[in-house]
Amino acid sequence: MSLDKATVERIARLARIKVQPEEAEALAVDLSRILAFVEQLNEVDCSDVPPMSSGGREMKLRRRADEVTDGDIQDKVLANAPDARDGYYVVPKVVE
Amino acid sequence: MSALTDLTLAGARDGLKAKTFSAAELTEAHVEAVEAARSLNAYITETPELARKQAAESDARIAKGAARPLEGIPLAIKDLFCTDGVKTTAASKILGNFVPPYESTVTAQLRAAGAVSVGKTNLDEFAMGSSNATSAFGAVVNPWKRRGDNRPLVPGGSSGGSAAAVAARTALGATGTDTGGSIRQPAAFCGIVGMKPTYGRCSRWGIVAFASSLDQAGPFARTVRDASILMTHMAGFDPKDSTSVDMPVPDFEAALTGDVRGLRIGIPKEYRIDGMPAEIETLWEQGIAWLKDAGAVPVPISLPHTKYALPCYYIVAPAEASSNLARYDGIRYGLRVPGEAVDDLYQNTRAAGFGTEVRRRVMIGTYVLSAGYYDAYYLKAQKVRTLISRDFEEAYKTVDAILTPTAPSAAFALGEKSDDPITMYLNDVFTVSVNLAGLPGLSLPAGLSADGLPLGLQVIGRPFDEETVFRVAGVLESQAKFTAKPDGAA
Repeated sequence: MSLDKATVERIARLARIKVQPEEAEALAVDLSRILAFVEQLNEVDCSDVPPMSSGGREMKLRRRADEVTDGDIQDKVLANAPDARDGYYVVPKVVE
Repeated sequence: MSALTDLTLAGARDGLKAKTFSAAELTEAHVEAVEAARSLNAYITETPELARKQAAESDARIAKGAARPLEGIPLAIKDLFCTDGVKTTAASKILGNFVPPYESTVTAQLRAAGAVSVGKTNLDEFAMGSSNATSAFGAVVNPWKRRGDNRPLVPGGSSGGSAAAVAARTALGATGTDTGGSIRQPAAFCGIVGMKPTYGRCSRWGIVAFASSLDQAGPFARTVRDASILMTHMAGFDPKDSTSVDMPVPDFEAALTGDVRGLRIGIPKEYRIDGMPAEIETLWEQGIAWLKDAGAVPVPISLPHTKYALPCYYIVAPAEASSNLARYDGIRYGLRVPGEAVDDLYQNTRAAGFGTEVRRRVMIGTYVLSAGYYDAYYLKAQKVRTLISRDFEEAYKTVDAILTPTAPSAAFALGEKSDDPITMYLNDVFTVSVNLAGLPGLSLPAGLSADGLPLGLQVIGRPFDEETVFRVAGVLESQAKFTAKPDGAA
């Protein structure tokens, strides 16, 4: 499938990556080439084949007890925040 | 004291034990080597002070007779492993100043075993690449050069800094991660050993995530024995990673018996690809002959879905990446580029913080997961992944391990392949199936190309049978007698 500029802009929006109009053309070419490459998979008959969604075919995700295992580390949690005040992350106004 | 940096890890372990030299001397020699090799750009962050402090602790323990298994061994750590109090960037601008307040399980285990850390190594941004050219901190230079040609070559990727660091004798070993070949391909390009263990063998906790169903940590070293020693201490069950497997970790070094008599080694016909250089084909034949001489039995096998592994990977990996990288939003950590509303902040931050290849993969991943395309791309790829995995299950009914080349070429020059993303992706043609099937794979240096560059052979094993992989690799290593060193080595 060949992607047009509008589709690239839609994907960029979904991915929350700002794309300048002049970049969108080049991205459309790149992404279309990658899609053409992966579309080789259409040759493969996958009827009755179950999907493999983990790193090993027989792998089952282990569950742990729903317990708090840490806490009281507010300083550590906020240590890398681009903007933090009074124990909170600071963000632009979300609700008018 | 250049001799100290030329030791194997096992040799350094013996020397420390016999008190031939101190951990401080061993560390100092490597700290100096790190500085002397700066032109390679193998490290993003050097940690000489930390290394000296850790070495002093090691000497104190050795003096008390309380040495741990890796006591005083200088290692380099891929800058994808979170290290408590030491900057961890994933080679991305978006994490450029990130200082984790915690330590990854794998590096914590290495530290608990007594290892010393000389620094954090460069990589492709978020481990996305096969040449280490996508790093926001600049490309890494391979210490090897073509004979009579001074152009800088790539070290491979994504763990290119780790591979270059070990090849250039700045560390006795290093950690890497491998999602589609990111340990094995740079190991091959730099003439060293690299192992990706079975999925679930090493904890992924504290490793910056790329594609969670494919990512695995593993070691780099200059010999198979050294890699086996590191593997023993990197592996192990971790309740903090839900995909970590709770099974005992063998002493992998003990697997190096040198005896492969009667072992059946699969030779997959689909790995003879069009356009593969004759010298790689020849090296592969040589590897088969070496194993035969040692009493193993080569068996022709078929892995019929091999050609679909790369297209499958380039759906699955970007899809998982787009999901994993959603966390970089400029709110909680990392770069923030302001915007009027919070949505503008996200979009500006991610546009400025991610490099070209990462943006490309996040967008492909977003597309293949988006409404209306999920079944056609993502679900389809997951089904093909099952078929690729079944190919190996079928093969392992008749063979004990598989032998292939590691990469379709030797190291190439910077910029030689980077214009077209697909050409770059083809580097991983022999390694990527192993990640999709979750198997262990190891690359070892087995010969030189006509222009004097190292070439690797790959041994692939059954799930959780790293021991057979090490055993086969040990025999190949003793037959290959690979002793060449890069001119760029300290």
